[in-house]
Amino acid sequence: MSGTVTHAMSGVGSAEATLGRQSTGELDATHGVVLYLENITVSFDGFKALDDLSLSIDVGELRCVIGPNGAGKTTMMDVITGKTRPDDGTAFFGQTIDLTRLTEAEIAQAGIGRKFQKPTIFENHTVFDNLELAMKADRQVRKALTAKLSTSERARIADTLELIRLQDGVGRVAGLLSHGEKQWLEIGMLLVQEPKLLLLDEPVAGMSDEETERTAELFLSLAGRHSLVVVEHDMAFIAKIARKVTVLHEGSVLAEGPMEQVRNDPRVIEVYLGR
Amino acid sequence: MGPISSTITRLYGPRGWLALGAFAFVLFVIFPLLSLVVPAGNPLHISAYGVTLIGKIMCYAMVAVAMDLIWGYTGILSLGHGLFFALGGYSFGMYLMRQIGRDGQYQSDMPDFMVFLDWKEFPWQWWNSDQFWWALMLVVLVPGLLAFVFGYFAFRSRVKGVYFSIITQALTYAAMLLFFRNNTGFGGNNGFTDFKRILGVSITTDGARIVLFVITGAALIGTLLLGRYIVTSRLGRVLTAIRDAEARVMFCGYNTVQYKLFIWTLSAVLCGIAGALYVPQVGIINPSEMSPANSIEIAIWVAVGGRGTLVGPIIGAGLVNGAKSVFTQLLPEYWLYVLGLLFILTTLFLPQGVVGLLARLKGRSA
Repeated sequence: MSGTVTHAMSGVGSAEATLGRQSTGELDATHGVVLYLENITVSFDGFKALDDLSLSIDVGELRCVIGPNGAGKTTMMDVITGKTRPDDGTAFFGQTIDLTRLTEAEIAQAGIGRKFQKPTIFENHTVFDNLELAMKADRQVRKALTAKLSTSERARIADTLELIRLQDGVGRVAGLLSHGEKQWLEIGMLLVQEPKLLLLDEPVAGMSDEETERTAELFLSLAGRHSLVVVEHDMAFIAKIARKVTVLHEGSVLAEGPMEQVRNDPRVIEVYLGR
Repeated sequence: MGPISSTITRLYGPRGWLALGAFAFVLFVIFPLLSLVVPAGNPLHISAYGVTLIGKIMCYAMVAVAMDLIWGYTGILSLGHGLFFALGGYSFGMYLMRQIGRDGQYQSDMPDFMVFLDWKEFPWQWWNSDQFWWALMLVVLVPGLLAFVFGYFAFRSRVKGVYFSIITQALTYAAMLLFFRNNTGFGGNNGFTDFKRILGVSITTDGARIVLFVITGAALIGTLLLGRYIVTSRLGRVLTAIRDAEARVMFCGYNTVQYKLFIWTLSAVLCGIAGALYVPQVGIINPSEMSPANSIEIAIWVAVGGRGTLVGPIIGAGLVNGAKSVFTQLLPEYWLYVLGLLFILTTLFLPQGVVGLLARLKGRSA
């Protein structure tokens, strides 16, 4: 995918980036697992945000991650997407892609999409342009200069607009959307990126009950084709979509299993649900 | 629609092209006529001073457009763009110095300042400097390479915001100190001046002035259209996205370092070309062009005209420099106060600059 042309064009060939490129390949999920986190530790000034965290996500799985504030949920996403480097431990995407050696952009190209806690969209661009920029395409500077949307790409954007119910707002500046609409636009941007693994940080925060309902339906329909990791505080939402739930506490896994089992786990009740 | 016609309609609408055509007509037809054909006594005659002044302002306007690409569209405020301008000027200035030949004060093959310093041969920087094509290459390569290397390290290390601005300011200041030294080989604090010819043709005639003027006008229009081509492409939308939410751009899979490096280097090259056109018209280049204040002024042109509009910075460069040439004749000691006040007022009341103001007035009357 990224040949020598990329290098010549960009001139960016630091040792780190070069190593990263070598391990960027197609996702190899032959063992049925899309993401492995093993013994990940991240500390900030002595505080362990993640403490020996191990977690694996299967292909097509919809995993919910819950836990009190400061449990390390967002830090875990930062590690997976390359924003934070772990002090210790390994993070693999499939069998071969070492996430700790790739940049944010390379991880995104490899097929991991992320929705932030606070909706992060391009506020000065139209809804359409937001989707166009996010759509899976060659990310080279030269290609971006001459890029033109093909008919199939336009159709893809139109389909996504329909899915996120923003077809009437296609020409609107994204900064003017309501909070819930922004959340949906960001989800739409993730979808056109065609990731294999979606990380969703509090996707229904600020949504109305109806919007939350629709989001739950959407996620359930995505599972199977994509792998999803959903971090959420809204327990009603979790209960609606959860198959397998992971509870994080103080940077490591406290409990893991089906919703019913986790809900009745006394340790979980003590640190999280009981409050 | 063919690809060319769709590109044309993408850049500007009919009224935009009409305005640009009128601008080109004034530059390429009216100006030469008023300068060359209309006799000197006629009130419509444009003097050599006027031609040079407008030519100089057009060079500044090119710099302003280049600055708008990196600051207005990509959100990276450079306070060192004067350096790239000066490097382009020096690169071409070396050739102009060689073209003086033996017509200098000391009637030597070497430039006067080298004779004065008692140098027997050209230092390595002057290799091949008598070749016109080499000068043209240096005009592009010197600012381009410096910007590329500097930008590569700065962007890779994720230096941003005010830190980036301060480093660029320090860079141009350091370069100024370097160029002030005689040992650097570029004439020390006097720089280069007293040019006579380009390609063997005298540059002091009215005809030569107009030729340089027309080339500068064409370069300015070319810069504007190139800028417009970029900002209306997906690349341009990525740049504004980087300005507004860089983390999101990275998580969309864009290597933002490459994008920033591209526009930063291009911006520097455009400044270098502007500097090369500036030097033969103004007739002098010296290290004061690299002074930090000069680079800050470039940012003021862009802010006054309107960031992120391309045409605004051209207007801003024209307004500020027009005002400057009036004020420095009438009340020279007050110019810097006026400039500072202008910048403060623009920041407070005209965040979108003059172009934003015009758009608002138009919106109100409509």
